[in-house]
Amino acid sequence: MVNDPSEKGPAAKPPEGTADKPSIPSKPETPTVPEAPAEPVAAKPPVAPPAAKPPAATPPAAKPPATTPTTAAPGTPAAPGAPAAAAPPKPAAPPAPPKEAPPKPVALDNELVQRLKARFGDAIREASLDRKQAIVLIAVEKLREISHYCRDDEKFDMLTDLTAVDWPKREKRFDVVLNLYSFAKNERLRLKAHAGETEPAPSVCEIWPAANWMERECYDMFGIVFDGHPDLKRILLPDEWQGHPLRKDYDILKQDTDWVRENLGIESGQ
Amino acid sequence: MNDERTTKTISGMDSVDTTVLGADEIILNMGPQHPSTHGVLRVKLKLDGERVAGSECIIGYLHRGVEKIAEHRSYQQFAPYVDRMDYVAAVSNGLGYCEAVEKLLGTEAPPRARVVRTILTELQRIASHLLWLGTHALDIGALTPVFYCFREREEILKIFEKYCGARLTTHAFRIGGLQYETYDGFEEDTKRFCNDFAHKIDEYETLLTENRIWVGRTKGVGILNAADAIALGVTGPVLRASGVKWDLRKAQPYAAYDQYEFDIPTRETGDTYDRYVVRMEEMRQSRRICLQAVENIPTGPIMARIGKVLKPPPGEVYHSIEAPKGELGYYIVSDGTTQPYRVRVRPPSFINLQAFDKMAKGSLIADVVAIIGTIDIVLGEVDR
Repeated sequence: MVNDPSEKGPAAKPPEGTADKPSIPSKPETPTVPEAPAEPVAAKPPVAPPAAKPPAATPPAAKPPATTPTTAAPGTPAAPGAPAAAAPPKPAAPPAPPKEAPPKPVALDNELVQRLKARFGDAIREASLDRKQAIVLIAVEKLREISHYCRDDEKFDMLTDLTAVDWPKREKRFDVVLNLYSFAKNERLRLKAHAGETEPAPSVCEIWPAANWMERECYDMFGIVFDGHPDLKRILLPDEWQGHPLRKDYDILKQDTDWVRENLGIESGQ
Repeated sequence: MNDERTTKTISGMDSVDTTVLGADEIILNMGPQHPSTHGVLRVKLKLDGERVAGSECIIGYLHRGVEKIAEHRSYQQFAPYVDRMDYVAAVSNGLGYCEAVEKLLGTEAPPRARVVRTILTELQRIASHLLWLGTHALDIGALTPVFYCFREREEILKIFEKYCGARLTTHAFRIGGLQYETYDGFEEDTKRFCNDFAHKIDEYETLLTENRIWVGRTKGVGILNAADAIALGVTGPVLRASGVKWDLRKAQPYAAYDQYEFDIPTRETGDTYDRYVVRMEEMRQSRRICLQAVENIPTGPIMARIGKVLKPPPGEVYHSIEAPKGELGYYIVSDGTTQPYRVRVRPPSFINLQAFDKMAKGSLIADVVAIIGTIDIVLGEVDR
């Protein structure tokens, strides 16, 4: 999101007052945020091919014009000066949205990606920009090394979120998704790795202790085993629970019918 | 009774591994219905005399599988469900979700809607902090503040009720903007509340800030330093009390926050008292934002033109807001159909609760109650 120039507001303030804080031993420094926001990652703005663009299109980044109700829609003229002081004027029909190119992932090749590629080579499979957010697809075996590098050298010091997405038809069915945030750059980066059903994914608990519960949740909900996790067990569901509910083939209706059949001895009416 | 039996009776658990316990260590079970756990949180405490030697939070009692539900609902149908996660700050949840879907669609709410959203969300932040203050003080033994806090919270809930008909799980916002125009007198109500509220905060502070018992029970309790807080992913007032001046409203502004002036309160030590001070100051800042916003609500439409059937183009988005508890993020994957392929909620309470062990280690057992209160968790959000 920080790759969105419009979002990297001028108001971005550094977390001050941390300079004198003791830092984590394994970390080089506590966060400081730059004086001026770094250049957006979006080296290439997501521009659709010109053919797909209607002739009168506004630039993709343009917001809907902030027009007053009177000029909004020619079909519904608002009476000038009619709105009473007490009641806010009835909104006229909103202006027709500018014909924007639909948000589409585009390839990303900025300095960060180049540095990653120079260092990890083929382990960086793909880099893209979706809705102005940077996504880097990496090889799952290198997840820990790349995470280390991202934290220590690229200053992505906070693991905001770790989750997974199930694509059952794919050979390696899971996406393990790490959302990183850098206080120093006020930037986000999403690391993605494809993980299979049977092979474990490396745990990043040692790099970001925050991953502990999030990996447990992933294990609980998807059945992804994280290699090197200190205490991998279910977290939200009871220990004796069968299956992993956020998998796409985990049918909620089947759960219900099975339970009714087993416990009531009848067929469920659902 | 033999030794094993004794341990069982104390802990109320059936699987106590007696072999790892030291001579003086016992395991104490707290919850899942202990009043100070604010819901169905269960904490397994390993005690060395009066000191906490280790702890484990056992959660999930309130798990309703909202992320799975989301995959079986349309984008609009899922919106009311998010209110039921952090149910004391439903408006904030709704804002995060609606903005995330809007981003996924590549659209934006109109300016008027964004300002009204900002006002309601800031009122909700005050309401959430008031509930926290009242119950936190109650846990520690100060009975009075809770009545005062609920009195003011009631005024906010009345504004919500007049605006959208609901008080708690409001479903105040829609994807693309607002369903309802503000009611006649919305501005006056908000202004009246904000003007009165300035003195009310002072009133709470006279009860607590310099109260010797309060200071004694909170100063130096549950210390979390900045480096640990970041490593554990802690956000919100807990992070700011540890000295990190970071607030998503400033760092990555959303809604209409870039238009208003407000400060980010921080403290240095990161103890329970500091978190109290930070939240008190945040209420003042929220009031400031409300007053600025309500002075100048732009006119115009309240709903963007997005159509009745939402089919976001395939792709994904992560959007997060500064909820009263911390960073509330939504990671939504679309496969181009009317239902989200995956909705992941990044709940601030869940991740902040992870820091409990760090904060509680070495503290007195009586302080555990203060530490649970100071993280400001809502179990509906922890368990989802």
